[in-house]
Amino acid sequence: MSADDLRPNEDALHPDVQPASDESARGQDGQRLQHAEAASKPIRAPATREPQPRGAKIRGDRPIDQAEAAERFLAAPLHQKAHDERLWDVRKKRDVATQAIPEWEELRELASQIKTHTLSHLDEYLEQFEAAAKANGVHVHWAADGAEHNRIVHGILKDHGAKTLIKSKSMLTEECGFRHYMAANGIDIIETDLGERIQQLDDEEPSHVVMPAVHKTRIDVAEVFARTLGTDPTNDDAHYLAESQRMTTRPHILQADAGMTGCNFAIAETGTVVTCTNEGNADLSGNVPKLQIHSIGIEKLIPRVEHLGVFIRVLARSALGSTITQYTSHFRKPRAGSEMHMVLVDNGRSARLGMEEFWTSLKCIRCGACMNTCPVYRRSGGLSYGATYSGPIGLIIDPTFNKRKYSTLPFSSTMNGSCTNVCPVKINIHEQIFAWRKVLAEEHQIPLLKQGMMKAAGAVLSRPAAYRAAIGTADSALRALPRFAVYNPLNTWGKGREMPETPKQSFHSWYKQNRMKDGAK
Amino acid sequence: MTSRETTLAAIRANRPKGDFPLPALPAFAPLVGADLVEEFGERLKRMGGRIEKAGDPDPLAPVRQRLDCANVIASAVPEIMGNRDLAAVAKPADLEDVDVAVVRAAFGIAESGSVLFTERELIVNSVAYLAQHLIVLLDPAEIVDTVQAAYHRPEFADSAYAVLHTGPSATADIEGVLIHGAQGVRSLTVVLLQRKIKAA
Repeated sequence: MSADDLRPNEDALHPDVQPASDESARGQDGQRLQHAEAASKPIRAPATREPQPRGAKIRGDRPIDQAEAAERFLAAPLHQKAHDERLWDVRKKRDVATQAIPEWEELRELASQIKTHTLSHLDEYLEQFEAAAKANGVHVHWAADGAEHNRIVHGILKDHGAKTLIKSKSMLTEECGFRHYMAANGIDIIETDLGERIQQLDDEEPSHVVMPAVHKTRIDVAEVFARTLGTDPTNDDAHYLAESQRMTTRPHILQADAGMTGCNFAIAETGTVVTCTNEGNADLSGNVPKLQIHSIGIEKLIPRVEHLGVFIRVLARSALGSTITQYTSHFRKPRAGSEMHMVLVDNGRSARLGMEEFWTSLKCIRCGACMNTCPVYRRSGGLSYGATYSGPIGLIIDPTFNKRKYSTLPFSSTMNGSCTNVCPVKINIHEQIFAWRKVLAEEHQIPLLKQGMMKAAGAVLSRPAAYRAAIGTADSALRALPRFAVYNPLNTWGKGREMPETPKQSFHSWYKQNRMKDGAK
Repeated sequence: MTSRETTLAAIRANRPKGDFPLPALPAFAPLVGADLVEEFGERLKRMGGRIEKAGDPDPLAPVRQRLDCANVIASAVPEIMGNRDLAAVAKPADLEDVDVAVVRAAFGIAESGSVLFTERELIVNSVAYLAQHLIVLLDPAEIVDTVQAAYHRPEFADSAYAVLHTGPSATADIEGVLIHGAQGVRSLTVVLLQRKIKAA
């Protein structure tokens, strides 16, 4: 019994209980486990080698062509299918987890209100946080932008003669281009999250805020590890690959001069940084090296510890369909003999606060639920957005960083509103996507042809009578129109999908015929 | 102007219009039944952890069983004598060869199957991550019902480091295959064992 316990990878379960094709971990009672970001059934990409589709082509400030990258993703059916199924599975797990709490909608409303309150008093809460952190013996720094964040951290490392840094996954540091900056300055950065490490070794950005390598199959990972870590290129067993990463990363963790984490929540009242992970890698980063640094986006503030009672309950349920992440860590004071630094980063957030239609996007807690539910994201992959933030939340955040480069992104949406429905802090994501389209059109950031189509659509949609007339003829028009009118390169909507059969009668005319004539309203 | 002043000034200039009061938090009814020990164990198992009752007649039997073939044992509890003195550790990385660590939880949460540690329970924080396996002693009388209730405990305001562990280290970053021991401990076993001396 005890010997078996010390060799957990040698599974003693009968093959009838755990089929050979299912490698996922089992619980004490032999039940199949689904916590963390685990799939509810085995996915296993077919053994056929299909080159991994790469992300959007980046050409300086020129607008990202998301549709082009999405087409290449769709042209890789094995990747596309695995990606789509994997994320939809997470979305369904999220539904089960949220429906199990009767107060779910109330929690969303509370989370939203706490965030809007904090954001509308952000100066006061930041000052309170800073004072509390300083009283705890923490060094607090302020960075106006990503470049300053990188310079500050580099300065801290230089002061300590630190040459190596282990870090946990942080979207903020991705936003700052931290790894590239440090590489150019001779500092070794080691990512400690498995997915993020895969991406680092493959020199790719994370494609998802929670599951950075979700677009890769096990075969892709085997190829990356064989090339960079010297693993057996023919072995694509997930346990072997994960263990290889553990064994090769651990020496870096033990020897690192400094450790760094991002921040899920920063508590103003106590000066605490909270991180939520499944692997325990943020805790290794924060607890092993004698110098620890936490990078904090200023929108991460919440007023008090008790508010975690709301956010911790919504975060993992939204992100993974789990009650909680494996590790929820609260870093407040430096350990004896160590030094602790916190860097508060603005990088466009204070400016976004002044954008009337878009400031509530700052409520985002980076759970990824909007990405998992989005049909465009699931079928095009996070890297197709060519930006730090992908999926629906990316569409409304990215243009605040660069209106020209990300001008096309708000058009990569079906406007189905599902993102808004699953958002745990009630950001009106699809409405903001629409608002960005208007802003970008007014500022001439979108191609003329798309503007023309929108103007025509706007003219029709703004007048009910014209809309009804248009709808009344839609079916016949669809049948009569040559295929190229619907499936032409200007209409990205027609790509990859057939038009639905239009109903013989519109709801409005049915209602008029069957209800209004009876005098019923 | 420093970046601090620039940021704060921009926030003040851009303050969203409108009144956004901080809502009071209602106390939600617990989603767990009255048997908190049972509920805790069920949820812990779902998160990949293991649960054991105290042995009879030797209450420590489930712990000892797990230490049988461990070479390096780090114990942070008076009930178990390890062979690695946590109080004498020079630097956190020195604990990398620990096979099994034994620690006591400050409390547990029934809703999530979590246990809480602070630097007081761990002595050296890294032991809870560098050890291959973690054994947690939890007093069955020290289980709170909800996550919300847990955040009213004093540990979050008065400790340097407080962490909720819910099962072992886990990842499913490769095709959704759930694997324990991604970076931290490969297994976490909670042994229900009354505290000899009640915490002050």
